[in-house]
Amino acid sequence: MNIIGKPRRRVDARAKVTGQTKFADDIMLPRMLHCKLLRSSVPHARVVRVDASRAVAHPGVHLVLTGRDFPIPYGILPVSQDEHALATDRVRFVGDPVAAVIARDELTAFEALDLIDVEYEPLRTFADPLESLAHDEPRVHEYGDAGNIHKIVSLAFGDVDAAFARADHVFEDTFFYQGNTHLPIEQHAAVAALDPDGKLVLWSSTQTPHYVHRALAKTLALPAAHIRVIATPNGGGFGGKSDPFHHEVVVCKAAVLLDRPVKICLNREEVFYCHRGRHPVLMHFKTGVRNDGSITGLQVRTLLDGGAYGSYGVASTFYTGALQTVTYQIPAYRFQGCRVFTNKPPCGPKRGHGTPQSRFGQEIQLDKIAERLAIDPADLRLRIVEQPDTLTANYLRIGTIGLAECIRRVTDAADWRARFRRLPMGQGVGLACSSYLSGAGLPIYWNDMPHSGVQLKLDRSGGVTAFCGATEIGQGSDDVLVGCVAEVLGIDPMDVRAVTGDTDLTPVDLGSYSSRVTLMMGNAAIQAAERARDRLAEAVSKKLGVPAERLVFAERRVFDAEHPDTGVAFSEAVCLAEAMFGTIGTTGSYTPPRSAARFKGGGVGPSPTYSYSAAIVEVHVDAQTGWIDVPRVWIAHDIGRALNPPLVRGQVEGSVYMALGEALMEEQTFRRLPPRLSNALVHKYPSMLEYKSPTSLDMPEVFTELVEHPDPRGPFGAKEVGQGPLLPVMPAVANAVYDAIGVRIDEVPITPDKILKALDAKAAGKPARFGPSGFPDIAWPETLQVPPPWEGGDGHAINERERKSAGRTPATKVVPS
Amino acid sequence: MTPHVHIRLTVNDEAIDVAFAPYKTLLEVLREDLNLCGTKHGCELGECGACAVILDDQPVLSCLVLGVECSERRVTTVEGLATDGRLHPLQQTFADLGAAQCGYCTPGFLVMAKALLDEHPHPTRDQIREALSGNLCRCTGYQQIFEAVEAAIVQPVTRPARATASTASARPVKARS
Amino acid sequence: MMRLPSFRYRAPRTVREAAEMLADTSADTMLVAGGTDLLPNMKRRQQVPATLIGLRNVAELRGISNGEGLTVGAAVTLAALLRNTDVRAGYTALWQAAAQVATPPLRNMGTIGGNLCLDTRCNYYDQNYEWRKAIDFCMKKDGAICWVAPSSSRCLAVSSADTVPALLALGATITLTSADGIRQIPVASLYRNDGIDYLTRAPEEIVTAVHLPRLDGWRSAYWKLRRRGAFDFPVLGVAAAARLTADGLVESARIVLGAIASSPLDAQSAAGGLVGQRLTDDVIARAADDAAQPARPMDNTDFTLHWRKRVIRDFVNYALREIRGDDMRDVRRRVARQMLM
Repeated sequence: MNIIGKPRRRVDARAKVTGQTKFADDIMLPRMLHCKLLRSSVPHARVVRVDASRAVAHPGVHLVLTGRDFPIPYGILPVSQDEHALATDRVRFVGDPVAAVIARDELTAFEALDLIDVEYEPLRTFADPLESLAHDEPRVHEYGDAGNIHKIVSLAFGDVDAAFARADHVFEDTFFYQGNTHLPIEQHAAVAALDPDGKLVLWSSTQTPHYVHRALAKTLALPAAHIRVIATPNGGGFGGKSDPFHHEVVVCKAAVLLDRPVKICLNREEVFYCHRGRHPVLMHFKTGVRNDGSITGLQVRTLLDGGAYGSYGVASTFYTGALQTVTYQIPAYRFQGCRVFTNKPPCGPKRGHGTPQSRFGQEIQLDKIAERLAIDPADLRLRIVEQPDTLTANYLRIGTIGLAECIRRVTDAADWRARFRRLPMGQGVGLACSSYLSGAGLPIYWNDMPHSGVQLKLDRSGGVTAFCGATEIGQGSDDVLVGCVAEVLGIDPMDVRAVTGDTDLTPVDLGSYSSRVTLMMGNAAIQAAERARDRLAEAVSKKLGVPAERLVFAERRVFDAEHPDTGVAFSEAVCLAEAMFGTIGTTGSYTPPRSAARFKGGGVGPSPTYSYSAAIVEVHVDAQTGWIDVPRVWIAHDIGRALNPPLVRGQVEGSVYMALGEALMEEQTFRRLPPRLSNALVHKYPSMLEYKSPTSLDMPEVFTELVEHPDPRGPFGAKEVGQGPLLPVMPAVANAVYDAIGVRIDEVPITPDKILKALDAKAAGKPARFGPSGFPDIAWPETLQVPPPWEGGDGHAINERERKSAGRTPATKVVPS
Repeated sequence: MTPHVHIRLTVNDEAIDVAFAPYKTLLEVLREDLNLCGTKHGCELGECGACAVILDDQPVLSCLVLGVECSERRVTTVEGLATDGRLHPLQQTFADLGAAQCGYCTPGFLVMAKALLDEHPHPTRDQIREALSGNLCRCTGYQQIFEAVEAAIVQPVTRPARATASTASARPVKARS
Repeated sequence: MMRLPSFRYRAPRTVREAAEMLADTSADTMLVAGGTDLLPNMKRRQQVPATLIGLRNVAELRGISNGEGLTVGAAVTLAALLRNTDVRAGYTALWQAAAQVATPPLRNMGTIGGNLCLDTRCNYYDQNYEWRKAIDFCMKKDGAICWVAPSSSRCLAVSSADTVPALLALGATITLTSADGIRQIPVASLYRNDGIDYLTRAPEEIVTAVHLPRLDGWRSAYWKLRRRGAFDFPVLGVAAAARLTADGLVESARIVLGAIASSPLDAQSAAGGLVGQRLTDDVIARAADDAAQPARPMDNTDFTLHWRKRVIRDFVNYALREIRGDDMRDVRRRVARQMLM
């Protein structure tokens, strides 16, 4: 291969280093107006009255919109259509949009916000999931599984209680994973305008233009064919730009009403209110093991603090229980998850979507198990690593699995065996592993169409244009598209132009989420390029009198493999093909294999294949102050094949970075003022200064190992890398802290004050840990019993009602992402 | 509307007259009145570093510089790093070594790194870490940024005394494009 | 994008001109030098001056001169201060404090005078207008109550300037200039333990210079507690200075804590206890306990207040050990993420 696997400047690098990449806020249009949103200043209330008359009269104000202008709800999942662009009758958190001012400039719009009078009738507020469980009324939403429970699920794969009875030891632990947020450096921005034909165009920093397109058509009641959504390159996404957002809907409505371009760029505080980031999750893990370390059964319970709206929450809930079985052999498994509404910004997908929380619990518990069984934690994991080409208890089809090699590579690199439990007091190393999807197996709304489509247009010049709906969010999707096409056609990546993320110009790709783009778009691109190659080969074959199958496409030529001098330039090959067939354009598409799961909830977790990671973190902990320092991290990632190695390394190191932030400092937390004095419930510090993200001085050295065993399901064998390498780092930090000073911190972030509390507890003869004391009693629904494959199961639940085959209604309720 | 103020300043070696609303910061003047959108913003409060520019030889945060205070001053933005049709060595190495992922913080990092190399042509890793500590990046984990800065130091040809004069030197890393 | 409110801008060229402008104008006039503290506050509408008097054209405020000690103009940037070899060699605590302020570009902008006058900080106050509206504001701006301690009659916002404890420990004085004349006061006299009325400076006065005395035989150190290696304001700052005899006896000492009250806290009894002693581990530990004892941090900064209180003695300990001559580089690297040597 000439391009794939070789270090190469990414196709969009020049634009980025010269400042020419046009992000959404860089779009400046003639006659453009500016929009600001008035957001709720109360956490939970009925909106009694919105009087905008003073704002409308303010000089420079062109339009004020309120909830009356947006009667139709929307939401990312079909089952959670619970958002209005502006509040109609209820606000559910401080920051919920209530009104919008469109004015000649942003300062005028901002000043006019203060002229809008809103009368609220306060309602009881819910700050904590336990409060939401304790009070069914008032309901934050009029839908959901019960009271203030948004979603509650119970699934069993095999007889877990019998598995515990068979075990030599049963471990029970509770963990808490604090919420945190994406914090992309680019604040969300959008510009809407009517094009000269009168049709609506939206430029937006979105990861999911196709879903935004659908949401706009619905909530604005406009024909989808008359709406064009252009995803501008995202200045970082990490999941935070995956929902359709209020501000996108508002500027579209305003542009339609005013027939002028309207821009909005959120300020940093508003980005914290958009959120849809990591759910705070309380977890209970119960694991049965034999003395040899093999797991007999696992039960996982999770309680998710969902915030004020549904977002991806149904999928998030299932994800907290989906991937435990993908790393280790677990013959019997039970998962019970519950997501509740609270009066805080909604939670949703952040890098790793729903899986980092439970991965944290699982990997710390394994560390505890290894210690009790006196087995090295690396050896324990090597004993129980899942096998390739197997179907797990919960019907996830595993492809290639490089986890064992990841463990070996990382333990070698870190000199694990010489250091684990052997470092001086205050220093330690910890190991953890993980796995992640290479793309969700099901779309967000039920349909039988491809998940990714690529069109190619071949020009007589030899230039190729590749069209795809995928969105460049920094991960390098444009580069993957170009690299795949150029490799197949034997041309230089500079000969290929990527046109992406534009609902008018590009075929649908579902979006940059669930680590799906490289695998799905890459496969679609290869198919389209191979179809183009076949046409060119046929024409060149006829011209040269060489069998088509002997033709090689390389170095911008098409030539005879046996007589390399016999050939034509690629551009000539295009001309020959165009003369023979007419205009050369091809398409490719990708649809994931059908999931083996047939039970309700089985839509979340299936993926064409899974990536694997193992990480070792070294820590220094000061026993006097609890201060934690992380000097080094080693990580190995099973990538299948690295399409462009520096980009792959960047994803791994970026994941380690974001993980360390979550492990050590980042938290999205809230503050209630004294209830006798105030009803306020506010984000504790919605600013980049006080939401702590690691700086260049806080980042340790990272040693990255790539494990490359090409997976036939991926393009040129590639699997995902954008999310998986984040997952093992947080538990590895916790395990390293234990190795260093002998206390367990069973929650993130792991902070010095918690370490001192754990040390105090240890000194007082109490358990040497800091973490949640228990998991609440929750009234779980009837458990869906799904016999695992080795018990003769076929993927159905034995106690689930017969599913309608034609309408597939249950599947729409499953709603994966 | 308050009347615009009118100043003359030098931006990327060009003298420019510009009129703008008097409350605007240099960031807003650059982006909105001079259409130089390469300078980004992530907080507008000095908490992220995305808006860094070089003002009279010192890197500063343009979000906290009053436009009215920029009269007769010299500003260098990311748009001014390339000279004579050639990318600055830092732009080459950032592009080649994965230092720009989403690219949003990149202009700020490039400006800070240029100022560092102008003052210390051979910085250590610790000096690089320190010099870039006022710029947040959420994509890279910084490591490839450090490496890109280091790659821009090691020049195959003898460099002139000032890094600014060395932009004509050979590309430090072979690139395809 | 966050926008500044409209304001009138005036640019004097001399201190005298600036002082006259200040004397002439109404109460809602503010001075601006580096802008790194005031402009964010203005964008958040915490401070909304109608007129700004910009000091950047006042050349006489930007000099550093040698004499009996060192005189630093108030508009000298922190970066310029750090480049000064006399500061680095003779006033270690100040150098270490300035080196840890905010970030490199902010140190190129922020001035020593600005740091001296830094607005007090609080998690209930350093927020956007919209956020403060959601808590019905606080007594420091637009409201009536202190949310940190609702029964408090005064504002508990925190003195958060890194250089201030260092300057106090080094015995610095400042010059205040007004249209009526000048006066020189010890740095400590500039502060009042009140989050709103935290400066004793009269409204028509300008901080024009900082004077550092000659400190032969003195050693000093500044240790800062914050979450990250850059950006963050101190949630504890410990400045210590001591003059030691040739055989290691403490002749004179000062220990000053920052970021635990609305003004810097001079731990006089802890410092006094060092006099006549050698800096043994026991002596240091006793001084650290003494210094930490009166501190009453509140829950309005990063980190939990109990933990902040608990580690005060550790940070005093670090500072005194560094003065003793211990090799603290490893601890520095772990705590400050920098060597600062």
